[in-house]
Amino acid sequence: MIGRLTRLMLAISTPVLALVAAFAITSLVLLAAGDPVLDVWDQILSVPETRNLANIIDNATVLYLSGIAVAVGFRMNLFNIGVDGQYRVAAFTAAVVAGEAWLPGYLNTALAIVCAMAVGAIWAGIAGVLRAARGVSEVISTIMLNAIATGLVAYLLRQVAVREEGSNQIGTKQIPEGSRIPNIGLGDGTSSVYGFIIIAAVVGFAFWFVLNRTRFGFDLRATGQSTTAAVASGISVKRMTVTAMLISGAIAGLVGLPILFGDSYTYGSTFQSGLGFAGIAIALLGRNNPIGIALGALLFAYLDEQSNPLQILVGVSPDIVAITQGVIVLTVVISYEIVRRYRQRLEQQQVARALESERGEASNDKAEEVPA
Amino acid sequence: MPTPAPSATEPTSPAPDIAVRLRGIGKRFPGVIANDDINIDVRRGTIHAIVGENGAGKSTLMKILYGVQPPDSGTIEINGQQVSLHSPADAIKVGVGMVFQHFMLADNLTVLENVVLGAEKRHGIGAKARAEIQRISDAYGLGIEPDRLVEDLGVGARQRVEILKVLYRGAQIVILDEPTAVLVPHEVDELFGNLRELKNEGLSVIFISHKLDEVLSVADEITVIRRGTTVKTVDPAGVTARQLAELMVGSELPSPSTEASTVTDHVLLSVEDLSLPNPGGRPLLEDISFKIHRGEILGIAGVEGNGQAELVESIMGMRPGATGRIELDGTDLSDRSTGQRREAGVGYIPEDRHRHGLLLDSPLWENRILGHQTRPPGVRHGLIHRGAAREDTQRIITEYDVRTPGPDVLARALSGGNQQKLIVGREMSSDPILLIAGHPTRGVDVGAQAAIWDHIKRARREGLAVLLISADLDELIGLSDRIEVILRGRLVGSFDPDDVTPEQLGSAMTGAGAPA
Repeated sequence: MIGRLTRLMLAISTPVLALVAAFAITSLVLLAAGDPVLDVWDQILSVPETRNLANIIDNATVLYLSGIAVAVGFRMNLFNIGVDGQYRVAAFTAAVVAGEAWLPGYLNTALAIVCAMAVGAIWAGIAGVLRAARGVSEVISTIMLNAIATGLVAYLLRQVAVREEGSNQIGTKQIPEGSRIPNIGLGDGTSSVYGFIIIAAVVGFAFWFVLNRTRFGFDLRATGQSTTAAVASGISVKRMTVTAMLISGAIAGLVGLPILFGDSYTYGSTFQSGLGFAGIAIALLGRNNPIGIALGALLFAYLDEQSNPLQILVGVSPDIVAITQGVIVLTVVISYEIVRRYRQRLEQQQVARALESERGEASNDKAEEVPA
Repeated sequence: MPTPAPSATEPTSPAPDIAVRLRGIGKRFPGVIANDDINIDVRRGTIHAIVGENGAGKSTLMKILYGVQPPDSGTIEINGQQVSLHSPADAIKVGVGMVFQHFMLADNLTVLENVVLGAEKRHGIGAKARAEIQRISDAYGLGIEPDRLVEDLGVGARQRVEILKVLYRGAQIVILDEPTAVLVPHEVDELFGNLRELKNEGLSVIFISHKLDEVLSVADEITVIRRGTTVKTVDPAGVTARQLAELMVGSELPSPSTEASTVTDHVLLSVEDLSLPNPGGRPLLEDISFKIHRGEILGIAGVEGNGQAELVESIMGMRPGATGRIELDGTDLSDRSTGQRREAGVGYIPEDRHRHGLLLDSPLWENRILGHQTRPPGVRHGLIHRGAAREDTQRIITEYDVRTPGPDVLARALSGGNQQKLIVGREMSSDPILLIAGHPTRGVDVGAQAAIWDHIKRARREGLAVLLISADLDELIGLSDRIEVILRGRLVGSFDPDDVTPEQLGSAMTGAGAPA
């Protein structure tokens, strides 16, 4: 039982230390490449304009959903690498359903969203069932399902696509205006962010609530911590595996939708890819915590946006932030592990001290004890 | 004739017959002092026993002597030379070898291959090595055949292979960590014969144990460790087991004996023809049938690995392959899941509390919910009630004397005994009618052991049926109303604890004697 203040200090200092370390390593890379270190940081750390801010928030919304989808799996020790394939299959489905407009207005939107979640869930569920029934590692199966998703969507897109006017690109039918999700203005008259951000926030809250306040969430976390203890406590681990993959996939199904309903209105061959992999990094960064994931998503989106003009302004490839982002993930993981061990020791010491002052009983780290 | 322990301030003059001299050894772990000012002299050509309760610091001390962990303070002298050991390789170099409690042998290799593994430079891997193994085996009466597969060997023979491994590497000082824990009585006698051979050949044996009768029968000197420090070194001829035990514990001893019988006619648990097939092998359980009545404790005795864990897990519904019928107070549980069986009134104290009993990185109040996810107070209508769970955890902490600052501490931070008391308290919540206890006092200190015995006795008084699995025969005899012996997955004999000796049980456990 560590004091609130200590706990807060530890919680804040960890990511700060990790960021400082990541920036230092990136600086070394820049130095080694002979690039102007200060100019690069000057650009990246400048205050974004409202227009850029809107881009950052939009990107962060998408990354947030992806991070949450991965985090659901992580909480149960499942590594859903397949978010990337799941969101593309799902976004394509949503685009087709919304484009066909079988229902009017927002009913059409709702139907498309439900279909996207269902398809994402099924796509991830395949890996879940394989894991539960045959013990196939979900890491392998979701990677393979990603490859299948790429081919499947490309094939189906050819079947249903319409050519955009005056363009070589093909895409699904445009979503009718009444079914699009309006953007939210930022107050300067021109900049606005995806309306889908509200849904993302609801997903984040639901994630927190289900995990921490419901029996289902307890079972999920228990299974993630110790499969053996979960089995002994009466949890059906197989059912939990499938359910967790279904939920992870359903959330993954939402990842592409902010773009679809707020920006592109069609699923074409140029639809953004790779969001699922970014989600893995962000879930790690945010320690599977809904607030942490939001901060991680904002940080990644911020770095992406701020690095865009690097080529023009200072002649450095914007890919440098990919290095920063990668290093951040590593430093965060390392520093959290260090802090976790430190906290554990601190706690053991405090327990031992509290007991010593009360009566003489102590424990050592091997869970043996000295007779009282 | 007890002699006072040498003090650290004494000048360390190299005595010719001292093989190992430890002076002022100290070792701290986070939050605990594992060793503090340990002083021991082991004379050459003797068996020196080190006794102490679980967690008194014996294992830490031996890891220090074998170079696994460095001491924080103090000195180690081997044959009069001060040494600093940074790894087991260093220890082997100065002639210290260790036989661990858990064997480190590759089952699919022969004895020869196991012995030369990692020591190929000594005598190669061929005929020379085989000859050397044969020589050592003959010299010390180990009776080892170099070309047998280790998987075909029994526990006692495997242990002899471990000892031979150590001797092959040139050890003059052999440490054995709780060597008898895995053996049945007659194997223990054989081991002691081997140890005496070693001693007669001039080797020094350090023997770690907490079984006092054994120590008294084999050791030349006994050093008692309590709370990480040496209490006394005594001559076994001058002490009784009880005196030793009191030195170990530092207080009066508890005993596991039960009070008057509370057994009734009312059958609570009925197990019929329980079998657990093992694809491609002998069944793990075969046609097991027994009944436990209200207010009765049924003890299961057996050498570890004869189906005890499988029996418990089958009754708990954790083994999907199990066949047969399990009835709890008239309700057929055979097709129910683990969760449903728990709800039906089964409390479960798992034998491996870290793997099956706790979420080590969760606070105690979440651990209170574990296994009770479908029941109040922790969970209502599918929602977690943190306040109620914390409150009930506080109740368990008070009633079961769990030593912790509060319910928000992580389970990992508690000592083994306190973790176990928390589990017992949790499993006794929600009014169970059957309590399954697998090795409930394994690895817990004497204080917690007495408390856990009391809780089991109370459960019996309150009319629960109790299934008790234990490797501690005294515990089984003291607590049980009836003892069944399990051997190779079958129940092979039923005993009345009032007129059975540990030796009789021991021979039934190995299949040596006919059931009484």
